[in-house]
Amino acid sequence: MNQTKGMRFDLQVIASWIRSGSKVLDLGCGEGDLLHYLEENKRVVGTGIEQSESKVAHCIERGLSVLQGDINQELFDYPDQSFDYVILSRTLQQVYEPAELIRSLLRVGKKGIVTFPNFSHWRVRLQLLATGYAPVTRQLPYEWYDTPNIRVITLKDFRKFSRDVGFQILKMVAINSDFDNAAGHVIKFMPNLRATYGIFLIGKDK
Amino acid sequence: MSEYIEHDRNGISVGHVEKKFYTFAQPPDEMVLESGARLGPVTIAYETYGTLNADKTNVILIVHALSGDSHVAGYYGEDDAKPGWWEVMVGPGKGIDTNKYFVICSNILGSCMGSTGPGSIDPKTNRPYGLDFPLVTIGDMVKAQKALMDHIGIKKVLSVVGGSIGGMQVLEWCVRYPEMVVSAIPLATTTRHSALAIAFNEVARQAIMADPNWKGGNYYGGPKPNTGLAVARMIGHITYLSDESMMHKFGRRLQGKDCFSFNFDADFQVESYLHYQGIKFVERFDANAFLYITKAADYYDLPNQHNSGSAVKAFSKAQAKFLVISFTSDWLYPTYQSRAMIQAMKKSGLDVSFCEIEAEWGHDAFLLPSERLTSLLKGFLERVYCDESNKRHAL
Repeated sequence: MNQTKGMRFDLQVIASWIRSGSKVLDLGCGEGDLLHYLEENKRVVGTGIEQSESKVAHCIERGLSVLQGDINQELFDYPDQSFDYVILSRTLQQVYEPAELIRSLLRVGKKGIVTFPNFSHWRVRLQLLATGYAPVTRQLPYEWYDTPNIRVITLKDFRKFSRDVGFQILKMVAINSDFDNAAGHVIKFMPNLRATYGIFLIGKDK
Repeated sequence: MSEYIEHDRNGISVGHVEKKFYTFAQPPDEMVLESGARLGPVTIAYETYGTLNADKTNVILIVHALSGDSHVAGYYGEDDAKPGWWEVMVGPGKGIDTNKYFVICSNILGSCMGSTGPGSIDPKTNRPYGLDFPLVTIGDMVKAQKALMDHIGIKKVLSVVGGSIGGMQVLEWCVRYPEMVVSAIPLATTTRHSALAIAFNEVARQAIMADPNWKGGNYYGGPKPNTGLAVARMIGHITYLSDESMMHKFGRRLQGKDCFSFNFDADFQVESYLHYQGIKFVERFDANAFLYITKAADYYDLPNQHNSGSAVKAFSKAQAKFLVISFTSDWLYPTYQSRAMIQAMKKSGLDVSFCEIEAEWGHDAFLLPSERLTSLLKGFLERVYCDESNKRHAL
């Protein structure tokens, strides 16, 4: 992961999972850092979906194929298995109908990569316990009244979610990193308590 | 489209350009039109900017809208009051960089700015065609452009770029000559007119045809249907703007007076603006050409012309990489129409990018200076250009 310097740590992990030459759809691709990296270093054919006009414009200006739109609706248009990977990075907690989104994600992509901030990190738990206020952390930096994060998910919850909805978790890495930081490390011991983010590789149930 | 033609603020321009002509389809080998009618000879007026590289891989074809012409940028002479219609976008170092690309723009078939149209002389009668001119379609316009490309010796176009009716030609190029089009930028356009768009065009046509000077289209050599054409243009202008932009531009302000005149003179600024646009237009445009081009736009129906009503099937013929752009306040070709187009492109497995630019200027936004539009085009074209040269080096 040496060449990934500068890119957000969770994106570095995602990039390391993606096979060279594959087709990738990045839902909520932001300014296209991951797609740009994957195209430059892994010969990936990438497409991004992003809601913000300025971010979309930034992506297109740097030569990426990106569509401005809502991820739920945009996902709907792609034929089955159009992509090798569909990435949903730090967005699941903002989705209105997560189960439906995961299903169409696995319809459009052979595999999915889903990441989200872990709501059971000890700092979150401690804040709620000690202060009685809804937690505000570097990974979840919003007040309850202005947060886009309408879902509260923990790493354990996602495992249960996979059984409820019916998809497979093929790989999981728990990491500890800051909101926008390139630095970070993998958490192996007690991840549900110690990791700030979870990264899951998912596939259809056999 | 309206006219916003201005000198470049930084004085950057392609400079002196020349209008050229190419004539083909000499009888008996006339061009066979979509309607089945035959037309020949056909002359196409065109201009080129920049330098064609040795392997002819830097060609950008610009296709113009209803009232445009081949004069995209630059000046014909030193005393020209105005440059070409897309001076803000086309030139050295600009969004479409003439230092890098060889840009071609031709006047559409059926127009009146140098290409064959209803005002041209019918060789059979030695008089202007008038309504004897056959109805031409967007497909026919593109076919004529293809003939021009063959003449110049262009086998592949790096990008076809155009807005509005120009955007329809962009789409048509991609499905009609897929192997020739590497990338495409349809701006503020649609795969087919809505009833609303057809309705406005029809009212505009009726205005022309109701002018007593129109005389069934046989007005050449006599007084022209200027009133009708001016009204047609005024209607057009309303559809090119938006509620918001008209509010900003004119509001309810009065023109050169403090109170109402209590007669039917133009009181409001918006009235005198429309009058001015109408008068300016009749000086340079032929009323019959207006009828023919708007009809071609109304007939255009990409899904139906290219496969049984399915836009997906139509686009499945295309190979180009697309950049689709719409504008928030465009109510003539609203964003939902661009989205429908993109949906079909995605289902056809095409590589498509899309950006909806926040703009208050309505349909005309694609012609106005916009840093966003410029940098989008620049970045997209750069990528396509690099990909193509990498492909060649890999061979």
